[in-house]
Amino acid sequence: MFFTYLRRELRRRRKAALVVASGLALGIALVIVVNSVSNGMGKAQDEVLQSLYGLGTDMTVTKAASASTGDAQRPRFRFDARSDDDSEQSSDRVMVQGFTTLPSSTVTEVAGQKGVSTAVGGLSLNVVKVSGQFTRGRFQQNGGGAAGGFQRGGGEQPQGQVEGGGADFDINQYTVYGTDVTKTGIGPLTSSKITSGRTFRTTETDARVAVADSAYAKEKKYKVGSTVTVKGTEYTVIGIATANSGDAAAGLYIPLKQAQTLAGQKNKITTIYVKATDSQQIDGVKEAIQKNVLGTTVTTSSDLAKTVSGSLSTVSSLAGKVGKWLSVAVLVAAFLVAGLLTSAAVSRRVREFGTLKALGWKSGRVTRQVIGEAVVNGLVGGVLGIALGLAGAYAVTAVSPGLEAQLGGSTGGAGFGGGPGGGGPGGSGRQAARTLQVALTAPVSVTTIVLAVGLAVAGGLTAGAFGGWRASRLRPADALRRVE
Amino acid sequence: MYELKNVTKRYARGKDAVQALDEVDLAIPDGDRLVIQGPTGGGKSTLLQMLGCLDRPTSGEVFLDGTDVTRLSEARLTRVRSENIGFVFQSFNLIPTLTAQENVETALVPLGIKVKERRELAADALRSVGLGERLGHLPGEMSGGQQQRVAIARAVVKKPKVLLADEPTGNLDEGMRDEIMDVLERLWMEHGLTFIMVTHDSALAKKAPRLATLRKGRITVKENAGA
Repeated sequence: MFFTYLRRELRRRRKAALVVASGLALGIALVIVVNSVSNGMGKAQDEVLQSLYGLGTDMTVTKAASASTGDAQRPRFRFDARSDDDSEQSSDRVMVQGFTTLPSSTVTEVAGQKGVSTAVGGLSLNVVKVSGQFTRGRFQQNGGGAAGGFQRGGGEQPQGQVEGGGADFDINQYTVYGTDVTKTGIGPLTSSKITSGRTFRTTETDARVAVADSAYAKEKKYKVGSTVTVKGTEYTVIGIATANSGDAAAGLYIPLKQAQTLAGQKNKITTIYVKATDSQQIDGVKEAIQKNVLGTTVTTSSDLAKTVSGSLSTVSSLAGKVGKWLSVAVLVAAFLVAGLLTSAAVSRRVREFGTLKALGWKSGRVTRQVIGEAVVNGLVGGVLGIALGLAGAYAVTAVSPGLEAQLGGSTGGAGFGGGPGGGGPGGSGRQAARTLQVALTAPVSVTTIVLAVGLAVAGGLTAGAFGGWRASRLRPADALRRVE
Repeated sequence: MYELKNVTKRYARGKDAVQALDEVDLAIPDGDRLVIQGPTGGGKSTLLQMLGCLDRPTSGEVFLDGTDVTRLSEARLTRVRSENIGFVFQSFNLIPTLTAQENVETALVPLGIKVKERRELAADALRSVGLGERLGHLPGEMSGGQQQRVAIARAVVKKPKVLLADEPTGNLDEGMRDEIMDVLERLWMEHGLTFIMVTHDSALAKKAPRLATLRKGRITVKENAGA
């Protein structure tokens, strides 16, 4: 009887049922879209962070900021301009990115801290290569003394001027990351996939081999087997790595020892990549490292996430605040409307419910009937809402609007200190702003669907509570009174 | 058997109090057939509500088979209604979305009777009022007289002790009225029911063996020798 009565009533009042279900559907769809976009934001942010950190890194340890050492940080190039020939001259400078280093022993110290699973050191370098040639000016003798020229001598000396001459130099700047080849599971290289050749072998701790980023390799026309010269040292390209998203962490990856030799920084590193044993204890591990390993700055993923700005940050903020409150407002409105409509429907059925009570139906049975109808309404709204929400999420993913994420730069000391990917020659800060392009998607998780179903049931129950309360207060005498 | 002692019912209507029943004393023996008459607002329906355990008096006692129903809990009253009292309403009060058979079944739902048995009893009850061919019809597909027959079948299907009818022919034409009254009288005799009916119809009142008249909440009962 319960289901027969319920089915027939819903069919009879299908327009009203559809209005209630549509209201709930709208609210639920909005929740799904906002939730999915938020998930997409998180995914995009993870991609951005991973492109810097690589997979599995919970935090980085860098040297604490100290006062600038001034001119010593700027690269100096000296070229011989007095030579008689016009041959090409080349000079490259290898600088430690951020200009600060930590002793390699810090890695062991950090690894020994409670809660640290793995710690790997790396050295980020900026390489600036200036190559080109000077062209000597030619002395042109003249009779009348042309205006503007360099007058050599006077009196009886031949009169003339220097014409032509100058300098034509090309600046090639790229980043090199010295990686610990014995621990390849963590660090910046993990954010890239080897698409050609191979990665480092654990035995290649001091080998003259390099892995090139695909974008850099394409620009320089490097292939597996090519030779790359950095500050006079030749490296064989053993693999090409393609960044999973955004920019790669470095143009070239070489063994850590080689990087230290190139930079003249024996047993020095710029960054330690740390993986915690428990991702829930990251803050505790950060505190322990900062307390026990003096002179270091620890940056966690969440610290870094705070430095994200640009459209990703704006959309993330919109989805997090406006979207959330809009969803809540629509849901509350939908719940209220559903409740009031259900209550009004009960008022129109006073005689019906009064009659049933007069026939001996308990209040609980009548209330269950009303709640049952409302819950089915809610579930129909849920199904519609899920379909609408999935369509919305699919549309967002299909359009995949591009978002720009800027990392670091504006935030000062707490960002990604000394990491690869930023800092040009002569740059004075440790914080280099980095801009990445990420596509926004709206992945719908099972949790979101479960949430939607929960909301549908909650909406139905809320509406049923309104109507049920009204029905439970009906007196059986109302069945007669309405007749009189 | 019913016994009403000093039953008074007052309703608050805004600032005023309306006295619907004023110290009503009434005894209705088992198997009696009582017709209640009176002007509109005289308290007829209120009295029917007291007899049907649908409402409680402001003061006084209502005994049904020796039990003062005014002192029973709401749950016990519901049980008394479901087991002992059948109702027939002026507007039939059928559930529009349920078929004739399902409407009759609604009276058996509170008794916890199994579905199959419930269906059989409902079908038998409908056959007894001449609607054996209309089991699957919705109220909207039937005439007023047929709808009232369904309502009567619903009232008697549980074999109650008492049948209360509130203007059962009020919405019907004369021909249909006689038909319905024939059915009610037959069932009264067949089932040995106590049959209490409120009506405005003087022709019907004249046929009743006992006639109660309610005016301004006060009752007078007289035997109808001619019935």
